[in-house]
Amino acid sequence: MDMSSGFSLLSIRPIVPELTMICTALILLLLDLIVKKKEVVAVVGIAGTLVALYGTLRLYGFSEPLTVFSDMFVLDGYSNFFRLIFYLNVILTICISLRYMVIEKASFGEYYALLIFATTGMMIMASASDLIVLYLGLELMALSTYILAGMMRKQPRSNEAALKYFFLGAFSSAFFLYGISLTYGLTGTTNLKDIAASLQTLNITGNPMVLLGLIFMIVAFGFKIALAPFHMWAPDVYEGAPTSVTAFMSVGPKAAGFAVLGRVLFSAFGAMQIQWDSILIPLAVITMATGSIIALAQTNIKRMLAYSSIAHAGYMLLGIIAGTPGGLASTANYLMIYAIMNIGAFAVVIMLRREGFQGENLDDYMGLAKSHPVASALMLVFMFALTGIPPTAGFIGKFYVFMEVIDAGYTYLAVIAVVFSVISAFFYLRVVMYMYMRDPREEVALATSPSMNFALAVTAVMILVIGVFPSVLLDLVKFSIPGLL
Amino acid sequence: MVPLSWYIILSAVVFSIGVVGFFTRRNLIMIFMSIELMLNSVNISLVAYSHYLQSMRGQVLVFFVIAVAAAEAAIGLAIIIAYYRNNPTIKVDEINLLKG
Amino acid sequence: MVKYILIPLLPFIAFVINILFGRNHIKDKAHWIAVPAVFASFILAVSAFMDVLGGKVININIYSWIVSGDFNVSIGFLIDQLTAVMLMVVTSISTLIFIYSIGYMHGDGGYYRFFAYLSLFVFSMLILVMANNFLLLYFGWEAVGLCSYFLIGFWFHKKSAADAGKKAFIVNRFGDFGFGLGVILIFLTFGSLEYVKVFENAGSVAGQTISILGYQFDTITVICLLLFCGAVGKSAQLPLHVWLPDAMEGPTPVSALIHAATMVTAGVFMVARSSPLFNLSASAMATVAVVGGVTAIFAATIALVQNDIKRVIAYSTVSQLGYMFLALGVGAYTAGIFHLYTHAYFKALLFLASGSVIHALHDEQNMQKMGGLKKYMPITYWVFILASLSISGIPGFAGFFSKDEILWRAYLSGGLGRFLWFLAAAAALLTAFYSFRLIYLTFHGKFRGTPEQERHLHESPPVITVPLMILAVGAVAAGWVGIPPIFLEHADRIGEFLAPVLGHPAGEGSHAEELAVMGISIIAGLAGILIAYIMYIRKTDLPGKLGAMFQPVYRLLYNKYWVDELYGKTIVQPTLKASDRIILGFFDAKIIEGIVNGVPALIGAFSRRFRTIQTGLLSSYGLAMVLGAMFIIGFWIFLR
Repeated sequence: MDMSSGFSLLSIRPIVPELTMICTALILLLLDLIVKKKEVVAVVGIAGTLVALYGTLRLYGFSEPLTVFSDMFVLDGYSNFFRLIFYLNVILTICISLRYMVIEKASFGEYYALLIFATTGMMIMASASDLIVLYLGLELMALSTYILAGMMRKQPRSNEAALKYFFLGAFSSAFFLYGISLTYGLTGTTNLKDIAASLQTLNITGNPMVLLGLIFMIVAFGFKIALAPFHMWAPDVYEGAPTSVTAFMSVGPKAAGFAVLGRVLFSAFGAMQIQWDSILIPLAVITMATGSIIALAQTNIKRMLAYSSIAHAGYMLLGIIAGTPGGLASTANYLMIYAIMNIGAFAVVIMLRREGFQGENLDDYMGLAKSHPVASALMLVFMFALTGIPPTAGFIGKFYVFMEVIDAGYTYLAVIAVVFSVISAFFYLRVVMYMYMRDPREEVALATSPSMNFALAVTAVMILVIGVFPSVLLDLVKFSIPGLL
Repeated sequence: MVPLSWYIILSAVVFSIGVVGFFTRRNLIMIFMSIELMLNSVNISLVAYSHYLQSMRGQVLVFFVIAVAAAEAAIGLAIIIAYYRNNPTIKVDEINLLKG
Repeated sequence: MVKYILIPLLPFIAFVINILFGRNHIKDKAHWIAVPAVFASFILAVSAFMDVLGGKVININIYSWIVSGDFNVSIGFLIDQLTAVMLMVVTSISTLIFIYSIGYMHGDGGYYRFFAYLSLFVFSMLILVMANNFLLLYFGWEAVGLCSYFLIGFWFHKKSAADAGKKAFIVNRFGDFGFGLGVILIFLTFGSLEYVKVFENAGSVAGQTISILGYQFDTITVICLLLFCGAVGKSAQLPLHVWLPDAMEGPTPVSALIHAATMVTAGVFMVARSSPLFNLSASAMATVAVVGGVTAIFAATIALVQNDIKRVIAYSTVSQLGYMFLALGVGAYTAGIFHLYTHAYFKALLFLASGSVIHALHDEQNMQKMGGLKKYMPITYWVFILASLSISGIPGFAGFFSKDEILWRAYLSGGLGRFLWFLAAAAALLTAFYSFRLIYLTFHGKFRGTPEQERHLHESPPVITVPLMILAVGAVAAGWVGIPPIFLEHADRIGEFLAPVLGHPAGEGSHAEELAVMGISIIAGLAGILIAYIMYIRKTDLPGKLGAMFQPVYRLLYNKYWVDELYGKTIVQPTLKASDRIILGFFDAKIIEGIVNGVPALIGAFSRRFRTIQTGLLSSYGLAMVLGAMFIIGFWIFLR
């Protein structure tokens, strides 16, 4: 590592948001000791995130990527856009957690600190331009989410979720490290740009060992974004973890996984696009098929949403398969939209959870429209969005990914994706049907709170606004990811 | 002087043992140790490459891996203990409350 | 530009406010939101009309929804002469019917809901007529349909109303499916959905063929026929007319606005709008003309013997829509739109007046139980007379000018047109007959209802009668903008106004011929009235005798040619039996349930099988990951 470039306080500017987040998390840990009310901890957490958001917005305008720590960390539009997803994710998650964690008797102050730590890990991942930093970010995120998944210490299901997540996560990390070591051994570097250069100068793009290293990394990233056949952890963990954590996990690690997958593939292994494309294409098809088909047989809504999130990973992957900056932008766009609609859907799921009532079964949604028209209407919006019905944002997300993949010449993939979207409509609309066309079996009371209402309002409004005025988001994406990297 | 390939083969063999151990072992602790084996196999190859390439990056990464593995061990064991408190078993084939 | 956007936006805002706050806050004051909104959009429409009259054609793209490569979906408005006329019709009649509804729907539990849906309908209809591309047109098309189903089934606790809503929904699916395909085919053929681009390139596409099942078809003809499918469904032409009479289960203002004056004419508007395409296909035009002409007389014969006051008017609507399509089919687009415009006034008036009658009789719709209402409801009676004279084509009234223009153009087009003219002229006689049969049965003679009803007979309040009187002015005078040149040079204002969009109809005839055609239709109209007078005033036992004498014919007509039963036997029941799971779903709100549970049964079986892969065991998950990785590695490194 070249340390001669020196280190001055000014040069840390690009990591100010990360520092802010770390400080916030540490403050939360301390605050938890002093303050009894968890709401205060949560509000401070949100405030800290907002400060970090402000920092990111201040840094957004730079046309040139800012690098720091000998090119190990890069701040560009790409990472900034993903940061916005992470901020949104963490703020909304905190909003929907407040009352829920009390109901689950798992309202610990460190819960909020861990959410922020995990988010910091994601932010580092999105900005990593070196495999070492990438690994650190990934582990920071992963270790925090393992604990989050097991937050409900007294519940066997939560324990089991954490256990499975931890073991499989560690297993996949080992694959990732093995991939790094192979890549490092063959290219002599861990810096993404230098890897790309070495691949060219040493002319080893066809070397099977390089490919092996790449495959190992794809396996590890595939684990994080729940690509079949590396998805098996997702349904179990999503079902067992506290629902708010499920919402958080289904968006954050997935987005971070896509961020690093996109950056590693495009920036380090751009020369090997033919190879990684043909690895990813079957993965995408299997993923869409697995997610859409198995979801049909689910009766637990969290599990159904887990399979739905697997299917969505398949659609998002299409943007990366397209192999163009536009394709990557469409994936980022999809992730942002997915974050909004998925957290919205989970928020409704959370509202049904009360003391002594699980509210996770599809049957619990029977006739919800009669007793709770607003909540049902919101769920309808989220389900329509997840299905991809215009004029919701979900349609815009899918539409742009499909357009990009068609432009890249993979029309058949778009056709396959549309077929699976149609299949997926069955299980999303089944929820709607249960709510609107069945008679309620028992009276369901909702656990609402101001912060929950806020989160629901924000997500629903954003889904409709983006659906009707997609250029609001698309312009931002295009501005963030122009020529890319 | 031991050639590089020996280290790499050793690393690959240890990694494979770890992988196979992960899905053949029944005891959570043994599975955990299999993962440690995998991590350390990576450390072997990283150090070997680092020496071969005369570059420090590999060794830096090894330190990070060791540090992270320690943190991972702490969290992993904590999760296992939390699990054990509610379900007194560490046999992996008895852990299937969540499935389908 | 804001002005044009506000025209559809104001009713939409009214909809949003009423639907959000109606239930708890606005309640029975919903009209204070809806009526000003629709009136304001009427004022703006007048102003837009003036702009167009001043020679301005507005084509604005307001907002590009999706831009991706060459694919561009935008929301844009085109306000040309055709749209301007439609705007006037839609907003003016909407305003009057909104006011009327204040009185008619007073005290209904769903008062706010009614005004919300009605506002949404006006918004959708305005989008439909103002669209500058086929996609937005399609959006409006489906949206008006949706509002129509809501409003037909407005009294959803009444089973017949809920069934009628579903019937309208299903029947329209057939037509809209064709329409949707037509729009897709337009995009595939022209690479654009904007009217301007499509119509500009229409000529260059003429003669191209597409292959369907190995046969070659003319592309333009296929497009036109597909679009016309949509029009047949929406405008209730043969063979998809069955939904409209049942749609009268909805509240009367809905029948007047949606199922007489505006929505059902959307098909006519759409065909006129697509005239550059239709002009290129003689066979599509012939189809339109034949369907129109046959429907005109077919529906008129059914109307002769119906006893439900609203159903008579409903069949009359089907018949009049047939006239409009006949006009379009013979290339006289202006005449079709002219009739659309006059018809909107007199038909809305007929419906509203019948609503006034029904209201006075406490929801009695059977004419055999009415009679002698003249002295109780003089205003209603007189507006009924005016509207009926208008629809019968009595000279001077609005209907005369537009209907005469259609008959004359049909006659001029020769050949097939001559035959259709004959049908239409015969239908004119029937029209006059059933219209006056309705009046004589309802307003003359002795009251045949219960004494209880008779005691409560009264004229409707001003909130109902004032709109009637205003519409009556329209029913009389609306036609004066289209006086044929034979009477007055340059008095066919509407024809000249619309000519830049729709062109001049072809064909020339001598004055003698024109007068003869006109004379025949006047005689037909007067004869119809006379026969009705004889049968229902002079010799009131005659209808019974005739009915007995021509028993089979009477039953055929009374049962509406058994078309409903025919569909039931040939289409509905077999499909029910074949797959009652899916189709039954349509009939008791299980539509989604059927699809959700029925169709994916196969995939569901797969799904349950696949589920078992997820064993819940950590080891097998790890194994799956390794096998996945091995598979990729094996494929890429060792097999290659």
